[in-house]
Amino acid sequence: MAEILGRSKPLAVSPLKTSQPLGASLAVLGLNRAMPLLHGAQGCTAFAKVFLVRHFREPIPLQSTAMDPISSIMGADDNVIAALRTIAEKNRPAAIGLLTTGLSEAQGTDIQRVLKVFRARYPEFQNVRIVAANTPDFGGCLESGFALAVEAMIDAWVPPAEQAGTRPGRRSHQINVLCGSLLTPGDLDSLRELIEHFGLNPVLIPDLSDSLDGHLDAEDFSPVTVGGTPLSAFATLGDAAATLVVGPSLYPAAERLERRTGVPTHRFDHLYGLDANDRLVMTLAGIAGQVVSARLERRRARLQDALLDTHFLLGQTRIAIGADPDLLNAFSALLAETGAEVVAAVASSRSALLLRTPLPKIQIGDLEDLEDLGRARGVELVISNAHATTMAERLGVPLLRAGVPQYDRIGGYQRAWIGYDGSRQLLFELANTLLEQAEHGVAPYHSLYSRKTDSRQEASYGASQTSTHFDRRH
Amino acid sequence: MKSSDLAALLDEPACDHNLKGKTGCARPTPGATAGGCTFDGAQIALLPIADVAHIVHGPSGCAGSSWDNRGARSSGPTLYKIGMTTDLSEQDVIMGRGEKRLFHAIKQAVDRYSPAAVFVYSTCVTALIGDDLEATCKAAAARWGVPVIPVDAAGFYGNKNLGNRLAGEAMLQYVVGGREPEPPPVDPVRPDLRVRDVNLIGEYNIAGEFWHTLPLFDELGLRVLCALSGDARFAEVQTMHRAEATMVVCSRAMLNVARKLKESYGIPWFEGSFYGINDVSAALRDFARLLDDADLSARTETLIAREEARLAVELAPWRERLRGRRALLYTGGVKSWSIVAALQDLGIQVVATGTKKSTEEDKARIKALMGEDAQMIEDGNARQLLNLARQHRADILIAGGRNQYTALKARLPFLDVNQEREHGYAGYQGMMTLARQLTRALENPVWEAVRRPAPWRVLPSPASRRGAGVEGRLEVRHG
Repeated sequence: MAEILGRSKPLAVSPLKTSQPLGASLAVLGLNRAMPLLHGAQGCTAFAKVFLVRHFREPIPLQSTAMDPISSIMGADDNVIAALRTIAEKNRPAAIGLLTTGLSEAQGTDIQRVLKVFRARYPEFQNVRIVAANTPDFGGCLESGFALAVEAMIDAWVPPAEQAGTRPGRRSHQINVLCGSLLTPGDLDSLRELIEHFGLNPVLIPDLSDSLDGHLDAEDFSPVTVGGTPLSAFATLGDAAATLVVGPSLYPAAERLERRTGVPTHRFDHLYGLDANDRLVMTLAGIAGQVVSARLERRRARLQDALLDTHFLLGQTRIAIGADPDLLNAFSALLAETGAEVVAAVASSRSALLLRTPLPKIQIGDLEDLEDLGRARGVELVISNAHATTMAERLGVPLLRAGVPQYDRIGGYQRAWIGYDGSRQLLFELANTLLEQAEHGVAPYHSLYSRKTDSRQEASYGASQTSTHFDRRH
Repeated sequence: MKSSDLAALLDEPACDHNLKGKTGCARPTPGATAGGCTFDGAQIALLPIADVAHIVHGPSGCAGSSWDNRGARSSGPTLYKIGMTTDLSEQDVIMGRGEKRLFHAIKQAVDRYSPAAVFVYSTCVTALIGDDLEATCKAAAARWGVPVIPVDAAGFYGNKNLGNRLAGEAMLQYVVGGREPEPPPVDPVRPDLRVRDVNLIGEYNIAGEFWHTLPLFDELGLRVLCALSGDARFAEVQTMHRAEATMVVCSRAMLNVARKLKESYGIPWFEGSFYGINDVSAALRDFARLLDDADLSARTETLIAREEARLAVELAPWRERLRGRRALLYTGGVKSWSIVAALQDLGIQVVATGTKKSTEEDKARIKALMGEDAQMIEDGNARQLLNLARQHRADILIAGGRNQYTALKARLPFLDVNQEREHGYAGYQGMMTLARQLTRALENPVWEAVRRPAPWRVLPSPASRRGAGVEGRLEVRHG
């Protein structure tokens, strides 16, 4: 059981955490023809939009209730109603995600009530589905905001079985998949393919692989998302054969879904590495009533081979991870499989999961904490988002970018690291990241008595400058 | 911040439009708004001050989504790039522990990073719960022995322009006049040269573009006491009151700083731009004019003649490639006309320009450049921009980063001219960069590739193709 060290200082430096409203917006962006609406000042939306645009390199639909000094003090219900009306009228979305921010929560908004007022006042917009969630940015992180939005979707749009007459297994081939924020659009694609491989029909919630996968559409512009989970899918969840949930942050959402529908849940903390994927494949084979194909068996054998090929590099490598809890746990489990040692771990926010993460200690904190821990414990590789770039440079060690944001990489958001194949790819990337900067063997020693006159030349090619960073490896 | 103070700031007397009964900027429309908040504007204005610890006092959303997100560069310290926030928790908000946390946060920043000063930015939540920013900063400065400057520019106060202005106001109130500049070092090559001190306001050194123009100032013997705030240091801001002339480079939103420097210290100012050859030359001439220095004027003319002649030669092949291309420009404020001039210099026809954040003076300049009938885009959402681009047969959209992928999805070439951009376009040398980036965007072969439909969508069905040799070969070629 991991010891969780709480935030220890008044100032967060180089924040690791991305806010709840941004995470909730991301979940809404996984719905088809959707528009997330942040109830706050226009900056809440502008910052989140720029953040997501730069990470995904895609246009991002996102709107604001545009609170100003008067509405911030006198009440902003009218702003919410006006914003919902404007979006419904102008952009014709299938769904709107109404999400609060620190400002509207500190003010004390009651969005569920405001939503009722809107419904009563504008019956002509009944066909626009609206989900409201409380996601202040003075709590949680991206991951928890994402989860809160998914919970709200299930509460709002999945009818209880007794009411809707749904029956688990009626759609014997349908699998509901609740996809946590640790999965990239690329991950979701490969998960879908694996499920389809078993002749099953996955319904991904939310489905970022259909909306933010970076495809060039025939349409030149859409004010709302293009692709994503169709809203009609929510009514079918109660008829599915099973629900898979990936990412412990979504377990509460999965519980709600099971309570409402009776569809049995299969939980996966993550899908990195051999162990997790063996479980996934066994589960899918069981649901489908099929034997595992030779092709999958070959993929599994390849992952085993990759474990062998990379173990020279990864075994006992000292690693620092900074991430949201689900992703931190996923990497910790994978690295434990490879024999690497996570010697510095910082999570952006608390989560029940962290207690059972296979690490001795986890700090709740920021990238400054990770840098200090990393320096003290002599780490050789950092795994975190792109904000950690300069910190890893100061430590003189390579960075494997994971999580959000990844401003300085193209395609980082599409990498598929789950499944047997994806895990193999991840092992390769980990090993190559180490290889790129690593110098093997002993640093050159220049004898006092040596007559070699060309030793300075070698130094000028960088050997002496970089060797200090790698002394630990020897 | 008192509402009367806000109203006074919105009524900037140096802005012509405030003489016409319209004050400030229109309120944003809920559900159809774009653009940053006041806090965003304050950060844009001040974050480039490189040796300052910039602390955002609020919950995680404000700094968490925005730090490490701008292209302003420093020639020295990198402290300004480190995101710092009090990251208030729900308990802090409910129990009113914000001020206490801030007080100790300032100590933490001072202890570890030894900043020249600490700037503290309020945010919506801390403004709403009534944290006394000024008192906390004052107490912290006294206790920790470092200047601590409150920047009360919470997001909900209004738009970005207001934030620029509040930031400028904070500099005037707490920083400017805090120190006397050292005498300028004597140039061994030109020991008798009379060095004149100047300020630049609104130059943010995005992508290092200020370094295109700074050598020109050196050559003319103009010492930039402070560029507010590109590659600036706290100590430089303190000496702004000793300049002999001020140029407002970008964003009339910080006009209040120039005006008050004139009111309080008698420093004359002018507005100019470093985009486009004519504007760079005009700016240098304006300095010589304001400083009323015949020798400087003569040397300025020599420099301008040399640079313009050099560029005429170097740009000739680029102008050839760009001539007749049509651009749709959608950017804010000063850039709505200054970039027009730069593009016209390159032979590009600007078919329309955005004026969302432009003032009346900006619009007058647009008309002077583009003619009385110049099409101005007051509020361009993505759909409208694409429609305009099509309507005007624009070859390229030139705008801010948030519109980049809108353009690309519509298979329209794009150039980023806002704060996240990666290339500097200012100064004479910046024109070369601009020309190169424009041709890079316009002439790329990908435009043909991304507009080409999948071959199976355009070819006749296999049955009718049998025997038709041409399509058959095509099919082979496309594999």
